Amino acid sequence: MRSNAANYDLIAPPSLEAVLAVLASEPGSYTVLAGGTEIMVALGAGRLSARRLISIQHLRELRFLSASDDTLILGAGTTFTDIRRDAILASEFPLLVQAASWTGSIANQNRGTLGGNIVNGSPAADSPPALLAYEAELTLLSSRGTRVVPYTDFHLGYKRTILAPDELLYSIALKRSYQGYKTYSRKVGTRKAQAISKVAIAALARVEEGRITDVRIGAASLQDRPARMTATEQAVLGQAITADTMQRAREAVLAESHPIDDIRSTARYRGQVAANLVEEFLRSLQTDPR
Amino acid sequence: MSTITLTVNGEPHRLEVPPMKRLLDVLREDLQLTGTKEGCGEGECGSCSVLLNGDLVNSCLVPVLQTEGATITTIEGVADLAGPGERLHPIQQCFLEHGGAQCGICTPGMILATHHLLEKYPQPDLSQIQEGLAGNLCRCTGYTRIFAAVQAAARMEGSK
Repeated sequence: MRSNAANYDLIAPPSLEAVLAVLASEPGSYTVLAGGTEIMVALGAGRLSARRLISIQHLRELRFLSASDDTLILGAGTTFTDIRRDAILASEFPLLVQAASWTGSIANQNRGTLGGNIVNGSPAADSPPALLAYEAELTLLSSRGTRVVPYTDFHLGYKRTILAPDELLYSIALKRSYQGYKTYSRKVGTRKAQAISKVAIAALARVEEGRITDVRIGAASLQDRPARMTATEQAVLGQAITADTMQRAREAVLAESHPIDDIRSTARYRGQVAANLVEEFLRSLQTDPR
Repeated sequence: MSTITLTVNGEPHRLEVPPMKRLLDVLREDLQLTGTKEGCGEGECGSCSVLLNGDLVNSCLVPVLQTEGATITTIEGVADLAGPGERLHPIQQCFLEHGGAQCGICTPGMILATHHLLEKYPQPDLSQIQEGLAGNLCRCTGYTRIFAAVQAAARMEGSK
């Protein structure tokens, strides 16, 4: 059953400052609504529990891409279409652009925002594995002030984050230091276009003289939150890419994955496929040294 | 209730509506523009696609408050985009001629998604067409005739 829209309130304060003031005045009583590609689905299905919502979709202050020599900053209101159109992202952060192209349809990419994809906290979301691999940093704003946190610390569990009730995700910063890195990403789902993933991996590595000298692997749907595969990274760091390394990587993937059975897939399938993806990543490093 | 002013197919409107009411429902119920269809109601099928300030969106996922001051084009207004007094847009004509429409439920969304696609890629290749329409599901045609219609529309635009 669809919800009755008349039972919900939505406000759209004119500025970022005004939004923060509302969040501060009644912490926890408003749910933030950006592009609506998640919350409006819940409304349509009659399972939107939040009754008071606050729109940030119109805030120009949140929709920007700004580059300095060493950092690229994306406003939380940056849409997936914005991400797919940016030249710096295309050349330096292909994992994020690839993730944006996997996120729903064109219509959803025109509305959905990077900030919403993060704050919604789904373990299956498309952009988090890439942001984990790139070691993104988040800037959180409230009337009390600003804090900058590593993205790896943001998710606490299934749909739980460190965001305080009066806080808003303001921006996502990426260090521009991945020249010479090889990247790999793959999403496994029911359908190539716009299906929610069964499992997904975004990874990058630097290989010098046949050995992996830096590596980062982000994963979706392997834990109760988007997660870095740190044990797997440790298993291959400093190693030559041999059959033995791949075997140890596969074991590490299975050891640090805690997937679930749900409508999209099974835990067993997810674990096996994740191990296969990581092996495919390692093989890609081996076959085309740069 | 909120007061919303917006322009739909060139006509200005001022409405008193609940702010969370879906744009889809405002179009169909308040403005009687029933050409926009509801399929899944969750952003998967694209039947409810409209242009919002020129961007393709699923109107089932847009709360009407977020359309304050916006310009919207629905299937009823597509012909006008081709020129004043036009009965059919070239895209509509090509869907007719190539059997791109069968039961018709997905067609309004397909036409608007095609319009958005051809603005971006005036001469799209097949993979660009497939990606551009990936958010619009059709259970009748098997898509082949739709792709042919889109290619014909692109040729028509290109030969102008």
